Amino acid sequence: MTPIFDLNLLLTGTYHDWLVAGLITSLSLTGISLALALPLAIVIALIRLSPVKLLQWSGFAFVEAIRNVPLLAHLLFWYFGAPELLPTALREWLYARNVEATSAIIALTLYTAAYMSEDVRSGIRSIPGQQFEAARALGFSFVASMRLVVLPQALRVTIPPLISQTLNLWKDTSIATVIGVAELMYQAAKVESATFRSFEAFAFASVCYLGMSLLITGAAGWYQGRFPVRTA
Amino acid sequence: MIQIEKVNKWYGSYQALVNVTESVAKGEVVVVCGPSGSGKSTLIRTLNRLEPIQSGRIVIDGVDAYGPHVKLNAFRSHIGFVFQQFNLFPHITVLENCTLAPTRLRGLKPSEARDEALTLLARVGLAAKARAYPGELSGGQQQRVAIARALAMRPPLMLFDEPTSALDPEMVGEVLLVMRDLARDGMTMVCVTHEMGFARDVADRVLFMDEGKVLERAVPSEFFARPEHPRLRQFLSDIRTPFAEAA
Repeated sequence: MTPIFDLNLLLTGTYHDWLVAGLITSLSLTGISLALALPLAIVIALIRLSPVKLLQWSGFAFVEAIRNVPLLAHLLFWYFGAPELLPTALREWLYARNVEATSAIIALTLYTAAYMSEDVRSGIRSIPGQQFEAARALGFSFVASMRLVVLPQALRVTIPPLISQTLNLWKDTSIATVIGVAELMYQAAKVESATFRSFEAFAFASVCYLGMSLLITGAAGWYQGRFPVRTA
Repeated sequence: MIQIEKVNKWYGSYQALVNVTESVAKGEVVVVCGPSGSGKSTLIRTLNRLEPIQSGRIVIDGVDAYGPHVKLNAFRSHIGFVFQQFNLFPHITVLENCTLAPTRLRGLKPSEARDEALTLLARVGLAAKARAYPGELSGGQQQRVAIARALAMRPPLMLFDEPTSALDPEMVGEVLLVMRDLARDGMTMVCVTHEMGFARDVADRVLFMDEGKVLERAVPSEFFARPEHPRLRQFLSDIRTPFAEAA
């Protein structure tokens, strides 16, 4: 007789391996997308704050175009739509590889970067202009003044909203299931249909999402203790 | 050291500097004073191009500041600038404030920059605060660190934009003493300040500005004892006897 909650199913065997593989895929999607989205967000924020009108507008257009379309639409576009525009040879090369994960990473990166760029931009705007001016007066270039003086201060202020975007990203990786990326939800559904143990499969997924979210929040707390916001 | 020739500057339709022509010799200490909105801060900020000008010429140490080939960052790194609001970088320590530019822009090794910075901090009386963060210091201490930070680039010229105006009265003296010592060591200095005692004791020359024009220039003894321009006489009497009208 099978128990009400079959813990062994989750801790050993094939189904355990499936779920862990899904977890690793979800973590990879999050890690890679975050590593790409954060620098992109900083670049977009700087473009929006640049003195050149054309750049400001292109940054504005990018952010609004991305964040006013649901993530699901982004995923489907990058998976089904965008490859249509590629030359045949390139498309076939892409389809021979992990096109699902690639599309998901592109969609998640752009989507997350659009939101993060707004947080970074308001962080930069919260740093008094005199800080930038003092750096320029010492002889630092625009880029060096931003990198050494303004951004380190702005990013500390921006950590709480960036953490909340990272949590969103972590949870949003689950949407990649619709284009067949073998992430955590996809694998949980696979285990469910193979075993009919719905509760176990989705409980595993839920606990993973919750646990990882708490770890991210904890890391943020540590970072803020290590690099506190300082004002003069 | 500084030649200013027929400089004009507008903010929109408002003319902030009107045909300003002036020069400062090497080793000279020049104090610029005048009422609010007279253009004195604007003038000093045009010297290292924190503000653009619309016409005229400014030559500093042989470099045409607004010329087509000027390397702006290198040009600025040779001019020390001290702000009214100190503007220390609050996320790094006092020592790091003083080593950031020397390591990045003068190519000093961290250990060399550190030694130089500690010497400068000792000179402004704050070696003991090297590891503190700016937020832990008083206003007067922060401004002294700001002077050390500017000196760490070894500039031949120091500009001070109302360095004591944001300070509580009891902290003004410590900053002025540092500035006086700097002047005695032969630094070329231009100071926008309301501290008339400093102008009298330390300046080689005092300029009086109003409405974007330099109305009077004289050695301190002449400037205070025999002011010529009526606007300057008014200004001096206003700061000497602020309650004259009420009485």
